[in-house]
Amino acid sequence: MPSITLHINDHPHAVDVAPDTPLLWVLRDTVGLTGTKYGCGMGLCGACTVHLDGEARRACQILVSSIGSARITTIEGLAADRKHPVIRAWLAEQVPQCGYCQPGQIMQAAALLAGTPHPTRQQIDEAMNGNICRCGTYQRIRRAIARAAAETA
Amino acid sequence: MMPDDTLTRRAFLGVGAQGAAALVVGFYLPACGGTRETTPGRAGQAFTPNAWIRITADDRITILVEKPELGQGSRTYTAMMVAEELEADWSTIRVVQAPTVPAIYKELRTAGSGGVESTYLAMRQAGAQARELLRTAAARHWGVPRQDCRAVNGAIVLAGTGRRLSFGALASAAAALPALAPTEIPLKAPEQFRLIGRAVPRLDLPAKVDGSATFGIDVRVPGLLFAVIARCPYFGGRLRHVDATRARRVPGVHAVFPVAPLPRRFNTAGGVAVVADSSWSAVQGRRELVLAWDRPAGEPESTAGLRRVMERAVLGPATFVAVDRGDVVDALRGASRVLEADYESPFQAHATMEPMNTTVDVREREIEVWSPTQFADEVQREIAELAGVALDRVIVHMTLSGGSFGRRYQWDVPAEAWQVANVMRRPVQVMWTREDDFQHDFYRPHNRQRLRAGLDTRGRLVAWSTRIVTTPIAATNLYTGYTESPETLRDPATIAALEWYGGDIAPYAIPNFRLDYAPADSVVPRSWWRSVASSYTPFAEESFMDELAHALGRDPLRFRLDLLTPGEPDADRLRRVLRLAAEQAGWGTPLPAFQGRGLACRVNGTCSAQVAHVAVDPDGSVRVLRVVSAVDCGLVISPDGVRAMTEGAINFALTAVLTGAITVKDGAVEQSNFHDYRVLRLSQAPDIDVQIVSSTAPPSGVGELGAMLAGPAVANAVFAATGVRVRRLPIESTLLRRT
Ligand code: FES
Ligand code: FES
Repeated sequence: MPSITLHINDHPHAVDVAPDTPLLWVLRDTVGLTGTKYGCGMGLCGACTVHLDGEARRACQILVSSIGSARITTIEGLAADRKHPVIRAWLAEQVPQCGYCQPGQIMQAAALLAGTPHPTRQQIDEAMNGNICRCGTYQRIRRAIARAAAETA
Repeated sequence: MMPDDTLTRRAFLGVGAQGAAALVVGFYLPACGGTRETTPGRAGQAFTPNAWIRITADDRITILVEKPELGQGSRTYTAMMVAEELEADWSTIRVVQAPTVPAIYKELRTAGSGGVESTYLAMRQAGAQARELLRTAAARHWGVPRQDCRAVNGAIVLAGTGRRLSFGALASAAAALPALAPTEIPLKAPEQFRLIGRAVPRLDLPAKVDGSATFGIDVRVPGLLFAVIARCPYFGGRLRHVDATRARRVPGVHAVFPVAPLPRRFNTAGGVAVVADSSWSAVQGRRELVLAWDRPAGEPESTAGLRRVMERAVLGPATFVAVDRGDVVDALRGASRVLEADYESPFQAHATMEPMNTTVDVREREIEVWSPTQFADEVQREIAELAGVALDRVIVHMTLSGGSFGRRYQWDVPAEAWQVANVMRRPVQVMWTREDDFQHDFYRPHNRQRLRAGLDTRGRLVAWSTRIVTTPIAATNLYTGYTESPETLRDPATIAALEWYGGDIAPYAIPNFRLDYAPADSVVPRSWWRSVASSYTPFAEESFMDELAHALGRDPLRFRLDLLTPGEPDADRLRRVLRLAAEQAGWGTPLPAFQGRGLACRVNGTCSAQVAHVAVDPDGSVRVLRVVSAVDCGLVISPDGVRAMTEGAINFALTAVLTGAITVKDGAVEQSNFHDYRVLRLSQAPDIDVQIVSSTAPPSGVGELGAMLAGPAVANAVFAATGVRVRRLPIESTLLRRT
């Protein structure tokens, strides 16, 4: 198999995988970045959300061969220095319960705020609707996004 | 990455092998002069500890927590209880999961939201005991009376002198002291608390926001392989034939082999394992299998058929009378008016966000298991039995769990992971896909309840009877030959706990009350699901209570309050939360058309009332706008934790109220992923206002009550909004459509 070079969190990674492998499994099983989670494999839950050139995308739906030179950011990259306003807001609002969905929630929220620094409640509801949280932390997610938005005012 | 928050068994045994069964508090000393010198703690008399406290010379305090961390904050709250009495400096506290050493740690599990209740006293005593030993050590060192030595924020200080010795400096001296019986140790009065009841940030959250938290599915050990299992879609079916030629050709696939079903209490389906060097390759390999299954004999089960069986069973004979007060038959006969209604709720999936998985490494001398389980000690026992090895040859690391809600109290997943790893003889992670998860869950039972109430000529409620029919949890393994079950089904305590718990209408004062039970057969495996039977019994009772109030033209709040006898403790607590929730929700104030408020309440250790405010759209869809929940859960360890758990429980239950249902057709579950088992999403999530009643009673759990009341509160609100009575969940929007 030809090796594919991915640009993940500002580092190049050469991986030997079948070209039709979804990015999710390359991150988790090949590169060892397990912060990106598997929840459904069908683009229905958002647990696998990463950024591709800054845009929130479902890693389970992206074939590794289609990425080309796009920059991939995972939760490990976004949270590297724990200074990101979304990370800080998430801790301030004590959002996670089990925590499994939260990397995806945070990546989705960070992309929302990058494009819409002061989202309305409706914009938050729309942007976050694809990210399931079975522990039901939704109210805190709304609050944390509002807090992060206020901080970057 | 290796999970680093579980102590290895070896490290543990190095610390305290002697007299382990009676150790109370172990003081662990750090490496010293190249050799690790350790001192075990002392034997306590009648005290079996739940955890250990370790204080090292560098002033770091490690607290071992038995209860698994499922997202409820158990690690933080247990540590708070210990640190409160110990007078520790909170910033020096580290929490690790206790290892599976059955002689010492007997409670490596959580169920029924019992985490806080069962640990509260024991953990405070453990902290207090360490504190007293440290005080004694300091008193001896200074040659002063003990009462002059006070524990303050991680040190012992000598009154009036400014002299102080840190806990770390005293650790080795304290370790040499004889233990005190816990009854000799004074505990702090609640007014003296400086951690309990305060906002303490959860210790597990930093790792959960930066991707470093290790869930079961994230376990990575050297040489790890990944496996999925093709299971028979028909419950009770068996593999007839497999052609694995193409599966074996999938790049990355290492092995394909049949896995026998484990009957009896394991209840695994068996099937064909595909082992590969990545999860994806394993899934691709499974897709290429050519499989033929033998279906179980007899007519295949369907939800439609089960519903018909249940319609008859609410009328047929009861197998069991659970509660019988007064004379219901007579009172109903004499009533001037009798009301009757049936309520029904379907099978429900757990749908934890982290799908089932377990990693097992079968080595020559030991078996190592990493599992996101709720029940580590049972996993250890079951795998030891399957493998035919002594218990201490099986090491179970309880990893973080991505939700559980009762699902991870089963040990089917670790058992089949052992089967696969036992063939491979190298570490294997058996992962369930989301489809596996929906189709091979242990579901919340399908149930139907018939309620009857008798009113006298003055509109007083004089009689109430409830018939509960469920697909019993107690018999869940019957179809695979779990022969103990018929007996279990006659055991009153089991039936009470599993099938009708919460069915008693007390503390409502109704002179004649009867609750009885009848089972309905099903091949679908069943199990606990957040709040078990109480997830459906209050839906029937509290909806019916609402029906009675409306039938009498009475306000549902007033009607309930009048049924609660003043002076009776549970009744008084309920009145208080009812009033609080109603007041916060603006009960009785006007709302726009097609909006309404509904009320429900319950005592279950914790006492709670909920008011839901809903809007019903022209297309019949129900939007839950706001839920007010008043909670009396005794002394509160963490107010924010109570709020978080209550918010979570309500949102969890709203899935089952609004959209979620597992149905069976042709002997198999019809749903397979989040497109056809629709769970609550953020745009549907209500604003939730949790009001906590202050109390000094012992703490009680809050992980479940929120879930019990969302159904009836929302259904009653829908009635208030539309005049349509919801008697079946999830709510069918076609019944409410106006266009
Ligand atoms: S795993 Fe990708 S959206 Fe669910
Ligand atoms: S925190 Fe558990 S699924 Fe979101």
